[in-house]
Amino acid sequence: MMLEIRDLRVTFGNRQVLHGIDLSLERGRTLGVVGESGSGKSVMALAVMGLLPGTAQATGRIGFDGRDILTMPERDLCRLRGNRIGMIFQEPMTALNPAMRIGAQIAEGLILHQSMSRHDARKRALDLMQMVRIARATERIDSFPHELSGGQRQRVGIAMALAMKPDLLIADEPTTALDVTVQARILDILDDLVSDLGIALMLISHDPGVIARIADNTLVMYRGTMIEHGPTERILRSPGHDYTRSLLDAMPRRVRETLGDAP
Amino acid sequence: MSRWHISLILGGVITVLVAGAALVSRIWTPADPTAMDIMARLQAPNAAHWFGTDQIGRDVLSIIMAGAWTSLGIAVVATAIGGALGTLLGVTAAARGGRTERLVMSLNGVLFAFPPILSAILLGALLGPGAVTAITAIGCFMVPVFARISRAAAIQNWARDYIAAARMAGKSDARITAEHVLPNIMPQIIVQLAIQTGLAILSEAGLSFLGMGVSPPTPSWGRMLSESQTFLGSAPHLVLAPGLAIAITVLGLNLLGDGLRDLTDPRRGQRA
Amino acid sequence: MIPTRLRRLAAALLMLLVTSLVIFLAIEAAPGDPAEIMLGTSAQADTLAALRSQLGLDRPLMVRYAAWLGGVVTGDLGQSYTYGVPVAGLIAERMLVTLPLTLMATVLAVVVSVPLGVMAAARPGRAGDGLASVFAQMGIAVPNFWIGLLLILGFALKLRWFPTGGFPGWGDAGIGAIRSLVLPAIALAIPQAAVLTRVTRAAVLDIASEDFVRTARAKGLSRRRALWRHVVPNALLPVVTMLGLQIPFLISGAVLVENVFNLPGIGTLAYQALSQRDLIVVQNVVLLFAVIVLVVNAGTDALYARLDPRLRGRA
Repeated sequence: MMLEIRDLRVTFGNRQVLHGIDLSLERGRTLGVVGESGSGKSVMALAVMGLLPGTAQATGRIGFDGRDILTMPERDLCRLRGNRIGMIFQEPMTALNPAMRIGAQIAEGLILHQSMSRHDARKRALDLMQMVRIARATERIDSFPHELSGGQRQRVGIAMALAMKPDLLIADEPTTALDVTVQARILDILDDLVSDLGIALMLISHDPGVIARIADNTLVMYRGTMIEHGPTERILRSPGHDYTRSLLDAMPRRVRETLGDAP
Repeated sequence: MSRWHISLILGGVITVLVAGAALVSRIWTPADPTAMDIMARLQAPNAAHWFGTDQIGRDVLSIIMAGAWTSLGIAVVATAIGGALGTLLGVTAAARGGRTERLVMSLNGVLFAFPPILSAILLGALLGPGAVTAITAIGCFMVPVFARISRAAAIQNWARDYIAAARMAGKSDARITAEHVLPNIMPQIIVQLAIQTGLAILSEAGLSFLGMGVSPPTPSWGRMLSESQTFLGSAPHLVLAPGLAIAITVLGLNLLGDGLRDLTDPRRGQRA
Repeated sequence: MIPTRLRRLAAALLMLLVTSLVIFLAIEAAPGDPAEIMLGTSAQADTLAALRSQLGLDRPLMVRYAAWLGGVVTGDLGQSYTYGVPVAGLIAERMLVTLPLTLMATVLAVVVSVPLGVMAAARPGRAGDGLASVFAQMGIAVPNFWIGLLLILGFALKLRWFPTGGFPGWGDAGIGAIRSLVLPAIALAIPQAAVLTRVTRAAVLDIASEDFVRTARAKGLSRRRALWRHVVPNALLPVVTMLGLQIPFLISGAVLVENVFNLPGIGTLAYQALSQRDLIVVQNVVLLFAVIVLVVNAGTDALYARLDPRLRGRA
């Protein structure tokens, strides 16, 4: 197993936000994590990145290729982040540095982790931009984030997360801030990446519709606890828990009907 | 105890002490601040003269106390006038908008181009040196500062729902400003009053240092420093005392302002 | 886009015009007859009248104002009443002291305050932060001319490392000139550095909580590297703005510090001209300072727009 989380608990001060999470994820598979906002999804993602704020306390184990992220020294974590674990954030509007050209932001990790020359890193950044299907990448590489649309920025975010061909990609609500049509395209890109590059994807969303499209397995979270965990199809077709059912019922009927066709 | 508590208490204590010394100096000082004693000139601090004596034998502590009255007086009057005018301009600009607002902002720009020393040089040519010149020069520079702050704060208030309701009820702009906007922006204005009084003390000291403040024999900290230059090598206590008086007063007012700001805006207090 | 640019330019020019009119009228209203100052009070009435008409003082007010503005544009600022030399040349000569002094002070202030502010914000609440905030509070409270006096006391009178004052001119490879500017520049820089330290600290704290900093950390950047590569460049914007807003204080400070160190700069020129009632010099120097403040403020806005790509092309 590449990622194996055992009994992960996180507390901020005296408020516990994660009450024992267990999950595992293999290469080439997609795990969907679904739950309403405040259910602890993003805290879990940050814990896997080793980026919990200093006020948080985490216990349990986050095994990544046999090593525990929770006890890893900061130096090793820096080598892991970006390089072997990539992350895509929810807000494409604020997740990019406004004062830095996007090409440089994509290339930054390559220069850092693979000691690439500026020139080579830029060439690689261009490839990545084409891979995530940013049109006219040669022109856009020197754009600033504010010159791009939300969808394009999210693609830049994905290109950044993929730059070092990480083994694990964590996508925290990658499509929430985007138009519906753009959403579908971004999900397609992510799905292709899992099958083409053989990476493991942890897709976090409050929207079961998004999860249904591409996740092999699904984890349902509610107020920091796991409610259900299993193959996506089973969970969505015959939810074993009232909360999951209410989550599904909250979706528009038309979307629910298409779930039957979900892969 | 959090940081703003310390600022507020320390700043408040210093300010009260300085203001107290200024008030007490009106009725009592250890010695007559104008009484010369050539025999006892340029004495270092001792039991009879805690801060020593100056070049004509006057008691430095007494001059410092009397100087507090001058410095604080000019600074407070200048800040009060500048603050009142500036705030009035700011809230008017916010209430009126459009042409009035542009006019006020341009006027601000022009006034801002005249730092106190510059307008004092200009006014000095016109009126000669003295308290009026100092107060006008310092007050003029305060106007754009207060206008900018009160305008920004007032605009925020105008956007609120309860003001829309007051408008709907048919109240005039002036009445809404007086009844709703001004009371709401007062905390920010008070904070600025404290901080700007500190800056005014510095400006007044600078003007007196250049001989553009109050004329002798009225004691002033800035002129004491100017006179001390001649005795820099032989009587360093003459440099230290007035400088420390200025620095401590300004520090107190700044701390008070910072403390008040964090008190009225708790979000900032937590982060600071 | 172009109309807003033009409108801003027009507004700036109008402000300059109003400023110059204020200065002109104040000097006009000031007591003192230039001809009398030049010739002395014992001069004959007709000699005075002749000089007045030679100086153009008998022309109507608005004509003289227009003539002055015309002169300002062409670089002819008239003759000093007391020195008997062109005012423009006098100002240029004194600028050779004031300009290096203020530049040295600004560079010094930035070099000290930015690292100090960043350090304070990197570990808020720790010893470094406390030290920086003590420096900031003290630096804002002490008058720069007093710092100047203390520096003279310590480094010129006691240690004799630097001269107590005066200016030897830019000959001799400028070494003597630089030496005599060091202490004044430090005195001028300390209050500036204090203000900038505060601004830097607040800006860095503000930017450090932005989403894109987390993105940078997720790329594998260490805390330190993310701070210098992503936080600091964005935090410099408010620092630059503050530098612009501080110009009036820098100018006031220069007048005072030049006085303390007996430097023949613009500040001393203005001050001496005032005490000798050389009003034409006062008028032009005050205009120069006001123009500098207005231009620097406009320039800060433009620089701000260049530094913040989001504003680029909109300014």
